[in-house]
Amino acid sequence: MELIHNLGIGFDVAFTFSNLLYCLLGVLLGTLIGVLPGIGPVATIAMLLPATFTLPPVSALIMLAGIYYGAQYGGSTTAILVNIPGESSSVVTALDGYQMARQGKAGTALAIAALGSFFAGCVATFLLAAAAPPLAQLAFKFGPAEYFSLMVLGLIAAVVLAHGSVIKAVAMIVLGLVLGLVGTDVNSGMARYSFNVPELIDGLNFVCVAMGMFGFAEVIKNLEDTGERQVFTKEVHNLMPSGAELKQAAPAILRGTVLGSLLGILPGGGAVLASFSAYTLEKKIAKDPSRFGKGAIEGVAAPESANNAAAQTSFIPLLTLGIPPNPVMAMMVGAMIIQGIQPGPQVMNERPELFWGMIVSMWIGNLMLVILNLPLIGMWVKLLRVPYRLLYPAILVFCCIGVYSLSNNPVDVYLTAFFGLLGYVLVKLDCEPAPLLLGFILGPMMEENLRRAMLLSRGDPSTFVTRPLSATLLGISVLLLLLILAPAIRKKREEAFQEAD
Amino acid sequence: MIKLRSPRDFWAGLLFLAVGIAAAWIARDYPMGTGGRMGPGYFPFVLSILLGVLGAIITAMSFTVDGPKVDRFALRPLFWILLSIVIFGLLAKTLGLAIAILALVIVSAYGGHEFKWGEVLIAGFVLALFSVLVFVYGLKLPFPVWPTFITG
Repeated sequence: MELIHNLGIGFDVAFTFSNLLYCLLGVLLGTLIGVLPGIGPVATIAMLLPATFTLPPVSALIMLAGIYYGAQYGGSTTAILVNIPGESSSVVTALDGYQMARQGKAGTALAIAALGSFFAGCVATFLLAAAAPPLAQLAFKFGPAEYFSLMVLGLIAAVVLAHGSVIKAVAMIVLGLVLGLVGTDVNSGMARYSFNVPELIDGLNFVCVAMGMFGFAEVIKNLEDTGERQVFTKEVHNLMPSGAELKQAAPAILRGTVLGSLLGILPGGGAVLASFSAYTLEKKIAKDPSRFGKGAIEGVAAPESANNAAAQTSFIPLLTLGIPPNPVMAMMVGAMIIQGIQPGPQVMNERPELFWGMIVSMWIGNLMLVILNLPLIGMWVKLLRVPYRLLYPAILVFCCIGVYSLSNNPVDVYLTAFFGLLGYVLVKLDCEPAPLLLGFILGPMMEENLRRAMLLSRGDPSTFVTRPLSATLLGISVLLLLLILAPAIRKKREEAFQEAD
Repeated sequence: MIKLRSPRDFWAGLLFLAVGIAAAWIARDYPMGTGGRMGPGYFPFVLSILLGVLGAIITAMSFTVDGPKVDRFALRPLFWILLSIVIFGLLAKTLGLAIAILALVIVSAYGGHEFKWGEVLIAGFVLALFSVLVFVYGLKLPFPVWPTFITG
């Protein structure tokens, strides 16, 4: 059994003392930022990148991965206890979770969320281990035309799944693609959009863009709201759900896991979309949909399982194709490149210890989370009492240190401030930053593959539709676009997002 | 008289349109090449035109579809937060990490709703101490801790 042999390699790597420690550190940090509203995994990973420079690559990636799935656990805690989703992927959990807490069933809700997440995490880890090798094999058959079409599909999917206006999301992607082209063109050596600024000739660093739009813009946005957060502490007891409750939640956990795993793999998907969809699905198939919003246990179980499953399966496109499906994975690409690893199908063959070590660490991390999370809830609730006016200067300090140490250059800090301003303006105009970041990451890759494909076909653009794999991918993209523009679906989509707002 | 019905879309569209035009204007100087041998100008030019067209459509649609008004910009946090970040960038290399962090915390605190000197100073000192210990001594990031004119 090759899988078992591979997992064995992974266990050897993940079970070293230092890697267990980094895994623990990652999941703890992830839970912490999951609990705290106003700071998400993208900004946190950006902040921690400099801290990982000196680590071995495996340890760095184990820690950063832990932050993402750890955040999914932490986000539910605040959603349930204080009705504030700590993470956008926990928005729907607050709907029923908080109601359960008000009915004195906070412990049950927390336990179901943790157990559901753990189950989903195990399944998703296994799926990742099983699905990645064949997918990577497929990826070796990909030529530049296929890669280009795949990226088109990824970007279109990101639009379909984004909140709000479709055309604005498309425009944000294109803006991101253009920003991604800033710097020296690899083929001709020509500096583009650099305005003779030496720092721009090297290209914009994605950390500056991500930290500006997800870190700084977010802080400014949060300071708009006057007033402090209300935190009610409640005694949390009766953690174990009863048999009847478990029986009610189990199928929802299963459905959430399946749906989340699928949506995680999809380009443009990820934890947020997974939790929204899982909630909508539960409501749709429930015998009595009116129970939802009033403390239905399925309303906690399904989205919490789904977001954790998706957080993990979204590593599949990254590790097999080298294409990040969402902004968090884009940060992981950055982390890998800093460590000198080009993400893609070759990672599995050239660095098996890295690949399998990371996968096994995810399972270990999930185990740590389910064990640690419940006893630590009291501490997290206390942390929520820290007022935002003390929290945001700390966020700024860590962001600034992170950006500055990218290349020890203050210009990176100024650029990040600029993207903070741009991000704030765009958010004010209802333009979501996630598609922009995705476009930014994919821009140079798309151009490169487009050029190569066209060179191979001697300038004949029909190469994209005559090659079967490429044609299929483009076909799916067109279908997706048509689907979203169809009035009926459009209405459904708006409803689905509104429910969560 | 045509009425503007969705101000947020209107401004967003104008922003995209302006960036698209500017980017296309700059890209016209880059060699285009041909479809088979694309020059450095090909992809940027096509994308800029696409961005401009999308911007124009969004702007045009803002006259036909109703949408929300643009909320007031929170100028106070916007100004102080961005200023504090720039100050950090200016000070980090010359005056060292400790003073840069203190300045960042104090200036950014002006952007908040409450400003208490005691609290801000304590937060600044704690963050500076923590960062110096963790990032400079722990992770060995190459920051000067103190002003270079003192330590040399």
